[in-house]
Amino acid sequence: MIRQPDPKPDVMVRRDSIVAGLRKLLPETGLISEPLRLKPYETDGLSAYRQVPLAVALPETTEQVAAVLRFCHQNGVRVVPRGAGTSLSGGALPMADAVVVGMMRMNRILDIDYPDRCAVVQAGVTNIGITNAVSADGFFYAPDPSSQLACMIGGNVNMNSGGAHCLKYGVTANNLLGLKIVTIDGEIIDIGGAYLDAAGYDWLGLLTGSEGMLAIVTEVTVRILRGPEGARAMLAAFKSNEIAGACVDSIISSGIIPVALEFMDRPAIHACEAFAHAGYPLDAEAMLIIEVEGSVEEQDRLLEQLSAICRKFDPISLKISQSPEESLAIWKGRKGAFGAVGRISPDYLCMDGTIPTSQLPHVLRRIQEMSDSYGLKVANIFHAGDGNLHPLIMFDANNPASFHAAEEFGADILKLCVEVGGCLTGEHGVGVEKRDLMPVQFRPHELTQQRDIKSAFDPDWLLNPSKVFPLLETETVVLPRAA
Amino acid sequence: MTTEDSIIAAVADAVRLREPVLIEGNGTKAGMLRPVQAARSLSTSGLSGINLYAPKELIISAWAGTPLPEIEAALAEAGQHLIAEPPDLSRLLGSTGKPQTFGGIVATNLSGPRRVAWGAMRDHVMGVRAVTGRAEVIRSGGRVLKNVTGLDLCKLLTGSHGTLGVITEITLKVLPAPEATGTLVLPGLDASAGVGVLSAALGSPYGVSGASWLPAEAVARVPGLAGMAGSATLVRIEEFAPSVAYRIGRLNDQFGVAGAVVLDTAASRAVWKEVGDVRPLAAAAEDAVWRVSVRPSAGSGVLDALRAVGVTGFLDWGGGLVWLAGPADAATHRAVEAAATAAGGAWTLLRAPDGLRGSVRVVPDEPAPLARITRQVKAAMDPAGVLNPGRMYAGL
Ligand SMILES: Cc1cc2nc3c(=O)[nH]c(=O)nc-3n(C[C@H](O)[C@H](O)[C@H](O)COP(=O)(O)OP(=O)(O)OC[C@H]3O[C@@H](n4cnc5c(N)ncnc54)[C@H](O)[C@@H]3O)c2cc1C
Ligand SMILES: Cc1cc2nc3c(=O)[nH]c(=O)nc-3n(C[C@H](O)[C@H](O)[C@H](O)COP(=O)(O)OP(=O)(O)OC[C@H]3O[C@@H](n4cnc5c(N)ncnc54)[C@H](O)[C@@H]3O)c2cc1C
Repeated sequence: MIRQPDPKPDVMVRRDSIVAGLRKLLPETGLISEPLRLKPYETDGLSAYRQVPLAVALPETTEQVAAVLRFCHQNGVRVVPRGAGTSLSGGALPMADAVVVGMMRMNRILDIDYPDRCAVVQAGVTNIGITNAVSADGFFYAPDPSSQLACMIGGNVNMNSGGAHCLKYGVTANNLLGLKIVTIDGEIIDIGGAYLDAAGYDWLGLLTGSEGMLAIVTEVTVRILRGPEGARAMLAAFKSNEIAGACVDSIISSGIIPVALEFMDRPAIHACEAFAHAGYPLDAEAMLIIEVEGSVEEQDRLLEQLSAICRKFDPISLKISQSPEESLAIWKGRKGAFGAVGRISPDYLCMDGTIPTSQLPHVLRRIQEMSDSYGLKVANIFHAGDGNLHPLIMFDANNPASFHAAEEFGADILKLCVEVGGCLTGEHGVGVEKRDLMPVQFRPHELTQQRDIKSAFDPDWLLNPSKVFPLLETETVVLPRAA
Repeated sequence: MTTEDSIIAAVADAVRLREPVLIEGNGTKAGMLRPVQAARSLSTSGLSGINLYAPKELIISAWAGTPLPEIEAALAEAGQHLIAEPPDLSRLLGSTGKPQTFGGIVATNLSGPRRVAWGAMRDHVMGVRAVTGRAEVIRSGGRVLKNVTGLDLCKLLTGSHGTLGVITEITLKVLPAPEATGTLVLPGLDASAGVGVLSAALGSPYGVSGASWLPAEAVARVPGLAGMAGSATLVRIEEFAPSVAYRIGRLNDQFGVAGAVVLDTAASRAVWKEVGDVRPLAAAAEDAVWRVSVRPSAGSGVLDALRAVGVTGFLDWGGGLVWLAGPADAATHRAVEAAATAAGGAWTLLRAPDGLRGSVRVVPDEPAPLARITRQVKAAMDPAGVLNPGRMYAGL
């Protein structure tokens, strides 16, 4: 069970005056403090953990964000930034003495520039909202997390989110040009802009994936790309995880980098098929969804080459989509995977480690052994090209022992990922969920070095302070080290 | 230095004696940015060798002092390449002898023409080891392609010009090298019309991976374009051979002008190597060289504005990267600063005599609140201020 730092007593006793002070800085309905209305903000996508915050601020402008942060800084109040609250690692979990700064009212698209292939949007614009704004002109914003209908670009930036197509198009960090940020002392700073690689430290890179610990992002300049002429998917099913893994190796070695290369194991295939009726082969142990792009002729040629590679691995079935509808059907099961698992088991934990792809068969075998010994079912969905695993561990939330076992199982999987040369999280972030596992991947002085960087932005540790780093036994505020 | 331990010891000595130390690979880019005043120097050039290369996992790991050509050769053998196409600026920077190092190209975040479509060096650094100014080895990232565990110090160290740590090992994402390359060369467009075509081509569905505009005097310096009169607008496709033929054909249908030429794979590779290595720049030995980064549609305006003060150049990255050469004096530098600022972009003084480099802003100043963070981050990584002091900003 995850521990939250103790609320600051001096903040809790000043609650009313803090709320009154914040109310003056925000529009009429921009501050929430009534317990019932705070309730919706008590958790995020990791709903096992809940904590009602002290208040929720809903600013509408960068200046209001600056005023709120300046006030919190002056009053020693902790701040938890929040986008759509879809974090699967508890990144947006509130604290009892913290003000949640929600970005949902900053949801305007400020500029779309096709000649320069970029757009400027406020942090509360949803991921899909960017693509929707430019799709009529044939453009799109590339990173496509499965949560893209809900999650916001400010959250994507802070989690450095990925998606099914990042094998070709990269993750959030690779698709950003600039940020407008507000620091904890209320300073507004522009980082980068509609141009590439200016000299100076790569603040854009450091802020991306910083999980709300360094600054609040209020505007984002993203790259937008022209879509390909077309895209088509194929499905290949195999007799074992090993064989499917070897097929992935063979594809990469051929020089073809598909736009997407997704792997599902037997339990995942069954769950998705029952849910989506996508025509997935139920006798298969493992299945790949492979997508290519280009003109119709280019797609034909690539799919033919990929089929030839797959055929060498004695596939149980091989299905090349002949139309956009068939491609959609192939994707439908994969995209609905979380919902599908949710139907089998209302409660599940979605893990997110990355491993070297050569370790895939070994890791899946070990996960199966753990599943047997914990007595909990697991379905594996995997961005195969880049080694990002998503084991979904099914448990029963009404049974505390089951939840506890699921957490231990998850931790064991992540430790295994690190052991085979991978990492704790590929795209969901550390949040509170993996905070206490950080020493598995980093040595103490490496964590201290990262903490020092946070202190450089936020010396008093007011911004999302209980995330990413293991809580120190005594105090969460870490003073900068002496030289 | 031939081991990481000896680098740790050297940094520890420097810290103990409070003596600044110049960090070098092979020193080929020592002329970049501000001169470093340091009694000591530390070279990673002996710390060399590839530690891990897993072509099927698209990952290569090597010590920072490994000569870049050695890495490129290993990749080529497996049919792969460095995604960001890092340039060899030795001729431009007037450095002699030794090849640039892996660490040097990462510490300077230098990327070539492919950057416009496929990202910069910083986008592909998956892991680093570095010796900080506390004489501690820290690791960030790892050897996998997706990793968001903790703060991304890989990106912070990439492009930090040796001021935050001595990078000892780098793990990079690599990709299969394309089977073929083709280039559509359009003659005779002025800079603004050329950038218009480049923008439209980059905004097409054909996956353009190089987009450059060269004025006539630059064309004359590129052997692969011999015989062309006037300016050249270059659009590159890198793909499987049939796709190159198809896509170049489509681009030619859409943008072709009289006299348009299509370069085949070998000719394309030669021409883009020259563009990346900045051969088209007419930089006399005594000239200064700048790189200006702007929104692509502003690139031609920067060139036009500076022609009046005797600065010439060419455009890469669809217009977004302006390479410039001109008189190495403070007035000209101020003109470049002004043009870059007016275009909403940023400049880097890449080459100049020490006097000029030491007395002007080689890169734009940061706004005060950010400069404060910069000082605190520098203090967090290098509290004694011994690593490459003054390289990027005076007094830092
Ligand atoms: C069904 C489902 C599917 C998912 N699929 C994917 C997937 O395919 N790939 C993937 O990478 N992730 C996925 N996620 C995880 C999640 O959607 C992403 O992490 C997303 O980027 C979070 O965005 P958000 O707006 O919900 O941010 P939140 O959850 O509200 O916040 C995330 C973190 O960012 C901080 N933050 C938010 N906004 C700001 C801001 N403006 N300034 C500073 N800090 C801020 C918060 O403090 C928190 O630490 C999925 C989640 C769900 C529920
Ligand atoms: C095939 C080939 C042939 C060549 N032939 C010639 C030739 O004939 N003549 C010639 O003059 N040149 C030649 N060169 C040289 C060359 O291109 C330059 O030497 C190169 O740019 C220098 O890079 P470097 O690695 O030495 O970086 P450096 O100049 O040593 O370093 C660049 C910057 O990065 C910092 N830095 C370097 N390493 C690290 C690190 N590990 N950690 C932190 N910071 C670091 C430095 O402090 C400095 O600020 C050749 C290069 C190649 C690739």
